[in-house]
Amino acid sequence: MSLSPLTKPWFHAPAGHEKIWLGCAVLWCFVMSLMMPYWHFRGKQNSTGEAYTVKPADFLARTEKFVASNKVGTYKNTNHNALMPELPLVEPPAGGDAYLIGRMWHWYPALRLRMGETYRLHLSALDLQHGFSLQPINMNFQVLPGYDHVLTFTPTSKGEFTIVCNEFCGAGHHAMSGKIFVE
Amino acid sequence: MSTPSHSLSAPGTPGRVCGTTGLGVCLDAQRFIKLNAVAGIVFLLLGGIAALLLALTRWQTVHLLPVDWFYRILTFHGINMLILWILFFEIAILYFACTTPLNSRLFSRKIAWVSFGMMLTGAIMVDYIIIAGQADVMMTSYLPLLAHPLFYLGIILVAVGTLVGVFNFFATLYVAKRDQTYTGSVPIVTFGATAAAIIAVVTLLHGAVVMIPTFTYSMGWTPQPDPAWYRLIWWGLGHQSQQVNVCAMVSVWYLISHIVVGARPINEAVCRTAFVLYILFINLASAHHLLVDPAVGATWKIWNTSYAMYLAVLASMVHGFTVPAGVEIAMREKGYTSGIFGWVTALPWKNPAFSGTALSVVIFGFLGGITGVTLGTQQINIIAHNTLRIPGHFHVTVVGGTTLAFMALAYYVIPLIFQRDFIFRGVARLQPWLFGLGIVMLSFGMSFAGSMGVSRRSWDIDAQGVYGPAAHLWLGVLGLGGVLAFVGLLVFALLCVGTLFFGPKIEHRAMADWGTPPALAGSESGSLANDHYATKGTMVLVLVFLACFAVYYFANWKALADVWPVR
Repeated sequence: MSLSPLTKPWFHAPAGHEKIWLGCAVLWCFVMSLMMPYWHFRGKQNSTGEAYTVKPADFLARTEKFVASNKVGTYKNTNHNALMPELPLVEPPAGGDAYLIGRMWHWYPALRLRMGETYRLHLSALDLQHGFSLQPINMNFQVLPGYDHVLTFTPTSKGEFTIVCNEFCGAGHHAMSGKIFVE
Repeated sequence: MSTPSHSLSAPGTPGRVCGTTGLGVCLDAQRFIKLNAVAGIVFLLLGGIAALLLALTRWQTVHLLPVDWFYRILTFHGINMLILWILFFEIAILYFACTTPLNSRLFSRKIAWVSFGMMLTGAIMVDYIIIAGQADVMMTSYLPLLAHPLFYLGIILVAVGTLVGVFNFFATLYVAKRDQTYTGSVPIVTFGATAAAIIAVVTLLHGAVVMIPTFTYSMGWTPQPDPAWYRLIWWGLGHQSQQVNVCAMVSVWYLISHIVVGARPINEAVCRTAFVLYILFINLASAHHLLVDPAVGATWKIWNTSYAMYLAVLASMVHGFTVPAGVEIAMREKGYTSGIFGWVTALPWKNPAFSGTALSVVIFGFLGGITGVTLGTQQINIIAHNTLRIPGHFHVTVVGGTTLAFMALAYYVIPLIFQRDFIFRGVARLQPWLFGLGIVMLSFGMSFAGSMGVSRRSWDIDAQGVYGPAAHLWLGVLGLGGVLAFVGLLVFALLCVGTLFFGPKIEHRAMADWGTPPALAGSESGSLANDHYATKGTMVLVLVFLACFAVYYFANWKALADVWPVR
């Protein structure tokens, strides 16, 4: 009885339907437990959390250096809502490092990548926490100030991709965006 | 008497005998159940008004609130719903679970006052400072976002007040055991409430660890805590507190199914073990919120997000079987034996406490549970983190599950504790269906918009220029569902408050029956006690559940496999 005390003997081994269900549930939990390690070794999409502590000023300096040595043009944002009408367009060397800053309220700089090449993308924030959300492909990573979050990325589709911010960062949060072009 | 007795039957104890159930009610406990439940419902209504404004803003066609008020109201909504409504109502449940089922009186009236006073003061502080525009930081208040110190102080007061109430609960358990007010082990409802209370202590300690340095930082006394550290510890508060809800909700499932159809757990040893699994493994789930974070590695993420091989998920799957199985056995013993589902159609679907509970089980399990485990899978989180899929998940656990179960409970709490029968009983019978439908629509709208990449906690999606008509359509479904759910919530609050003032008084008589299935002629209670194959209908239901789970789970792996390789 749900409202009255439990008296002895209180132990009964599961039997019948209950035993069958317990077996199914344990088996299913086991399958789900194995899926994650399996994907870690055999799957291609993983969040390994590779990160290094970095002072925001240092990260900014690295990014500026990266922009200065790899700039290939200027990206002009024609969306009338855009908070940053112009961003430097930067193409990192294939297999090399790319830097991306999240700050109130844009992603800096715009990147141009080559399909099928692999890049080490360094993400960090200069002020608040931000959310790196790549659309329309819908891949999402957390960006924290003080941490250089390294994603080893391989674009496998061409086109124009928008980086939306999906961690609340103040009044301009909804319009915080950036660009990645894949050719 | 040489030793003080906390038994309700001891002479001079402020108690009464319930005219409906024949159980003893401690009048001190009754007063604080009333106070905490009413405070909870007031905060629920405040949070509900906020919810309506939010739904009408995210519904892109309506787009009601200006940007600053959207984030302000979103902070207000989170705090009032997830913290204030839930904690006040849970304290009410704890005071019930440690007195009436144990035939015990409440340990201390003074401590109950202290708890209630601290919680209420803290709650008013937090709500005031948010509406004053000094704390637009969301419920999570991720550093380096910074709110007014009163915001953190208010939350600390609510947390400590809750701990004081939980202490009163444990002290009552202790004196009841010492004075032998009952024999044997505590009933399952009290056992579940105890599990909830233990998790609450661990949860609130995490809250103290993270909130106190944040408060001192906001005062300028100490340096800023690390943002990654803050996230880890904050979610020890934020996620585990939802598991307090799960425990309390499951206890309510056992309680209502017992009150309405006379169900009993088919195997107490198993379902009590399931509660213990919650206590042992739920604290790992802070990781669910850090799955795409920097600075925590894959091994840590995988182990913790699985709650050590899904033992806490196993616990929910046990309750998800035991509760309907108990109902099925009780119904079959009453004589409703036709076919596999004859007992289902004979259930009292017009009883709002029962329909609310049944909807809570289905919505929590089929929608909340399946989405939660899938989104909380380490790699799948890449295509879900901080999108609307996340609130799409937790609105069907915390709202469609916990809140609906607590509403269902109120249809008995108010007649039995406040001793007034409900007004407008016909409307009450519809309320759980309306609220449940609204929440399910809201959740579908959020989940599908989220699958298209629409982020949570965002005032506007058009500024980005990347979301098409389908995303807008699902935000419309979200908006409509939010309006329906709000109407359901408003009806609930008005019914409760109206009943407190105008409901027909019950004194020394039974409450008006909401509808319970009568035992048919020739049936015999306990006749299936030793038949382990009597729950055919439940077996079919849980196997359908498992099939849905597997399809959704692997469909998400497939969706993940289609995005860019990343590590």
